[in-house]
Amino acid sequence: MTNDDIRIGVFVCHCGTNIGGVLDVPSLADYASTLPNVTYSTDNLYTCSEVGLTDIKENIIEHKLNRVIVASCSPRTHEPLFRSICQEAGLNPYLFEMVNIRDQDSWVHMKEPEKGTDKAKDLIRMSVHKAALLEPLERIKVAITHSAVVIGGGIAGMTAALNLGNQGFKTSLIEKELELGGLLKSLNKVFPSNEDASNLLENIEIIESHDNINIYKSSIIEKVSGFVGNYKVVIKQNKKTVDIDAGVIIVATGAIPLSPEGYFGYDKKKIISQLDLESLLKNDQVKANNITMILCVGCRNEERRYCSNICCMSAIKNAMLIIEKNPNAHITILFRDIQASGTVYEKYYRKAREMGILFINYLPEKPPVIKKDVVDVYSDLLNQDIKIPQDLVVLSTPLIANEDSEVLAKMLKVPLEENNFFLEAHVKLRPVDFATDGVYVCGSAHWPADIAESTSQANAAASRASTILWRDHLEVEGSTAEVKTELCIGCGACIRICPYNAITKDEETDTAIVNKVMCKGCGVCGASCPKNAIIIHHFTSDQIRAEIFTYGGEI
Amino acid sequence: MGFLCNWCSYAGADLAGVSRIQYPTNIRIIRVMCSGRVDPTFVADAFLHGIDGVLVLGCHLGDCHYITGNYEAEIKMSTLSKLLCIVTFSDRMRLDWVSAAEGNRFAQIVSDFTNHIQELGPSPIKEGKNKTQIIDDLEAVKSVLESSRLRGLISRQRDLVTEKNVYGNQITVENFKNLLDDAINSEFVRHKIVIKIKEIGKSVPDIANEIGIKAKEVLEHIVVLRSRGLVDVYEINEEIPTFISIQGGKE
Repeated sequence: MTNDDIRIGVFVCHCGTNIGGVLDVPSLADYASTLPNVTYSTDNLYTCSEVGLTDIKENIIEHKLNRVIVASCSPRTHEPLFRSICQEAGLNPYLFEMVNIRDQDSWVHMKEPEKGTDKAKDLIRMSVHKAALLEPLERIKVAITHSAVVIGGGIAGMTAALNLGNQGFKTSLIEKELELGGLLKSLNKVFPSNEDASNLLENIEIIESHDNINIYKSSIIEKVSGFVGNYKVVIKQNKKTVDIDAGVIIVATGAIPLSPEGYFGYDKKKIISQLDLESLLKNDQVKANNITMILCVGCRNEERRYCSNICCMSAIKNAMLIIEKNPNAHITILFRDIQASGTVYEKYYRKAREMGILFINYLPEKPPVIKKDVVDVYSDLLNQDIKIPQDLVVLSTPLIANEDSEVLAKMLKVPLEENNFFLEAHVKLRPVDFATDGVYVCGSAHWPADIAESTSQANAAASRASTILWRDHLEVEGSTAEVKTELCIGCGACIRICPYNAITKDEETDTAIVNKVMCKGCGVCGASCPKNAIIIHHFTSDQIRAEIFTYGGEI
Repeated sequence: MGFLCNWCSYAGADLAGVSRIQYPTNIRIIRVMCSGRVDPTFVADAFLHGIDGVLVLGCHLGDCHYITGNYEAEIKMSTLSKLLCIVTFSDRMRLDWVSAAEGNRFAQIVSDFTNHIQELGPSPIKEGKNKTQIIDDLEAVKSVLESSRLRGLISRQRDLVTEKNVYGNQITVENFKNLLDDAINSEFVRHKIVIKIKEIGKSVPDIANEIGIKAKEVLEHIVVLRSRGLVDVYEINEEIPTFISIQGGKE
């Protein structure tokens, strides 16, 4: 079907001898000229060279081409280059297609040049049929609010806010308690330096007087709407509602220590938690001489299958502090495994052992039993039951997710993992990002983290956030999904299936509507819609079918 | 024909090229952004146009660039596979996972699949005795995959079995599977009937004979199809009605 409006130019590349040495490139250019809607076709030595690019531009203008196909290497590497050349020549960059006849043809069929050339002909023909159906698309420019919201005023939140504030971005720090500081306020000293926890809170003064940081204490998040660069956060401070505009949001809500209610007869007097011990140490109220600490209480079990990362070091720190104060004390730590990674923590652990702290391994299936003045435990190493005299038992429990994580996650439209900690976009490649653009996470909200990890992650999150904030505006890809409202029945399948929550229901028409800024163009909604009501621009069903039909042929 | 996702499998194929790993020339690749973009009707179309084998390659599960796209691909292809099984075409479609770093694996999969298809021989719709029968079967498969009922079930599968519905009920994997299988089987027969009576009107016993199922079943399907506006009475000969497919109707 020839349409006078479609004028396709096909440029076949030799790529030196990479393609030209295997495939019959001139015959490919000849073949292309016989295809429907192809106005002009030629071959180049290196299409991506200065000469080659100029050739494309000149021919677009001379032959009034409105579709361009380059048959050469991979679009993954060269599509942006050729698209911008088209743009320079006045052609919409989405009217450009690439055919991969090098990485996926000449390089892999070196011993079968004739079949390789036939394959290239098929691929070019497929592309020509798709190109005839391409439409111009616009990249959307999105304005950005150049400020940030940091949720949580503990060590992670404060670090992130300070980082962004110092960079010059207005930052709102939202804290639900009366004062900043988070868990650090309840701690006595911190490992491995054994300095006062309050030292680390010195920055509070700087933060509270910072020109760029607005602190909202006693505040919780009520509502979050919008998308990257354009978030609207509503907070409730005491009874007052405050609206805050922001371009990015950082989640630094931390975690809370599990209270050992119901474990080992916890009574807060003779059987206490490590957090209780921190208070006692702070006020110099530890009178006991024989102390037994039990690690992994309430975690690394069926209910909570994770390790809380910081409890081993916390217990060891407190044990060492007690002995420093009271050299006559006998401390036994009952452990399942000791997490002492790296050089610093390993040294810390060895020092504890040199100080005479006893480490005895216990099995999860034979937990210690606390009796009046003694702890009974089966030692796997010694293969016998041991009785440890005690006048104080300290239980190490894990950090668990905040109870308001679920609510916050829903408001931000970000995921939680099975223990209700926030789930990052990619554990290795994007550890402080969420899949949703413009929202980041750091500190124990993501995973029980020690102070060094929390501050690193906070700086990382602030850095990631600033990649949005420094820009004048955001430009979003034009190849997004679009709902044909006249066909949509409002079933909501697309709304649920979108990994980016980019589709919502239009309240008035009861049909789905795609947010072009949040849409990443994956096309899953289009393949799922029961009514085929969604167009996936640049990869439409018609375009893909055109490629299939011309390859298969008619039956 | 191969449908490759931009971020993993297509990149893996590029890597095979960079590494100069050779593989058979029989494959033509269509690039999509995500394996979840591959509508199962594309595969049906490919077979209807005589393509001998179809490969759909995506990122490894858990590694999808768009997070959950490949899970959706898995669900779609699983339903497609069940339908292709009914018409004994399932051997010609394969879904697999190739990462951007697995050039070797890509080449291996293409080689293996090419050999496999060569053993099966060219697509039965290109030559052979049962040509029309097979075309009708594939058309029926395509219609089922285009129907709102199946598309609705497929697209809701993951969230229905993992989250509760609006009434607070969660559907177990087992129950959903039964529901889906039931839908697949009944819709396939229904669409087969629609195709059988496209050209000329046929009676229920005739249809039952041609398809090879009981007349009672055919009648039940005809009733449903009539209510959807897909078939209607053609004429009545000596008190025996014949039915014919009509255009339009609500799917």
